[in-house]
Amino acid sequence: MSEYIKPLPKPSPTSRPFWEAARKHELTLQRCGGCGKFIYYPRDRCPHCFSDNLSWNRVTGRGTLYSYTVVHRASSRAFADAPYVLAIVELDEGPRMTTNIVAPPESLKVGMPVVAFFDDVAPGHTLVKFKPA
Amino acid sequence: MSLKGKAAAIGIGELKPVKEPGDLTALGLMAKVSAEAIADAGLEKNDIDGFLVGMPYADPGMLYPASAIEVLGLAPRMLNVVDIGGASPAGMIWRAAAAIDAGMCNAVLCLVADLNRAGDQRPPTVSVQREFESPYGNIGANCGYALIARRHMHEYVTTPEQMAKVAVDQRANALKNPLATFNEKPLTIADVLGSRMIVDPLHLYEIVSPVSGAAAVIVASPEIARRTKNPPIWLLGAGEAANHSSITYAPSITESPIKPAAESAFRMAGLKPSDMDLVCPYDCYTITVIVTLEDAGFCKKGHGGPFVAEHDLTYAGDFPCNTHGGQLSFGQPGLAGGMSHVTEAIRQLMGRGGERQVKDAALGYVNGNGGIMSEQVSLVLERRS
Ligand SMILES: [Zn+2]
Repeated sequence: MSEYIKPLPKPSPTSRPFWEAARKHELTLQRCGGCGKFIYYPRDRCPHCFSDNLSWNRVTGRGTLYSYTVVHRASSRAFADAPYVLAIVELDEGPRMTTNIVAPPESLKVGMPVVAFFDDVAPGHTLVKFKPA
Repeated sequence: MSLKGKAAAIGIGELKPVKEPGDLTALGLMAKVSAEAIADAGLEKNDIDGFLVGMPYADPGMLYPASAIEVLGLAPRMLNVVDIGGASPAGMIWRAAAAIDAGMCNAVLCLVADLNRAGDQRPPTVSVQREFESPYGNIGANCGYALIARRHMHEYVTTPEQMAKVAVDQRANALKNPLATFNEKPLTIADVLGSRMIVDPLHLYEIVSPVSGAAAVIVASPEIARRTKNPPIWLLGAGEAANHSSITYAPSITESPIKPAAESAFRMAGLKPSDMDLVCPYDCYTITVIVTLEDAGFCKKGHGGPFVAEHDLTYAGDFPCNTHGGQLSFGQPGLAGGMSHVTEAIRQLMGRGGERQVKDAALGYVNGNGGIMSEQVSLVLERRS
């Protein structure tokens, strides 16, 4: 297997719980105790109401395909293995995520249900990707 | 408070972009285009007492404005870098007017230049983008606009042919612009849709080409503007807005902050979109023009596709749009690509459009767009008869 050359997330103190959960194949989101909204990506304060009363919650990993593109030619040499599907998924809990859909491009449709899976791309690094539900 | 009529553009400079920069430097291009703009305004270098500059990716650094003014030999009383992506040039125009109106300076040099070499990689982004976008391959601007285009097609039944029409009509404009990079061959819708698919649904000819170049505009006080050699082009209205960086986290990916920016600009000007004689919307991609025309109020939301299909966007048409060819045909010399919309509106309103002059052009709308439909600046400009 060739070396993984794509950029890897470098967790911050704020985001570390998210990536640690992903490594255990769990999708977790912060939820705001002030306004009740779920938050992605991790923050120090709620971007909606600015409360710092945030807690981590395991969520379903279910959502819908909000939009997607089939990248045939990437802007970065690290993704020279294109094509790949870059997507926005709207989670059932509300927030949208930038992610990849792993499925034949011709099977994709905006609005279709998708579900998260966990791709252990490199030692100690797991990305949250989606596939048709 | 309003900036209406508080300052005017009195001179422009713009270099013809080049595909390979060779030994050119960003600071060298800045010096060349500054001299051109100052001469065009009928001023001397020492008349420049305000300085707004874009940071070139080819030669960036902290404390950039002071380095640039030292190289140019300027001694401004106001200096700053404007860092709102492709909206920076339009953003400079109202910032210059505001500084002039506040009495801080009288003649502002708004300056952008950059180099692109084949094989260049995008500069690193801030930490949250490196953490939550880059690992999934959301690098550079292409993906974000493809996501917008796909969703726009889903919500409003916008078609690939409608998007392609923007590139086709703007190319017809570029054929009359000696400064445009792509000004030799007309395009057809079939050419655009037959070009290589880069980020589905966007084809190669729907995406700007990075080139190298520079542009500058001199914005001056009414006192200076009234005695300048060019007809002053007055700033009548300006608006600015942003609500996201990555398009994933935008409140809507098909409705942009152009809406509040344009509303502010038209309200300040006391005018409406239908009053405009020409429009120069930022066009990093074909879809950008469609979304801009909708959000700025030139057509109903979701009708941008049919609108560009039904109107003639050429300089001789019923809706002159990016009469310089847009960046799609002019090329994108970094931030100077964004300035090309400003310089073209000024050129047309001054009556210096040459073969592509829009007849009786007195009012123009410009939009600058940064990032992935993130930072937005709308301007309304006027030549008074
Ligand atoms: Zn909250």
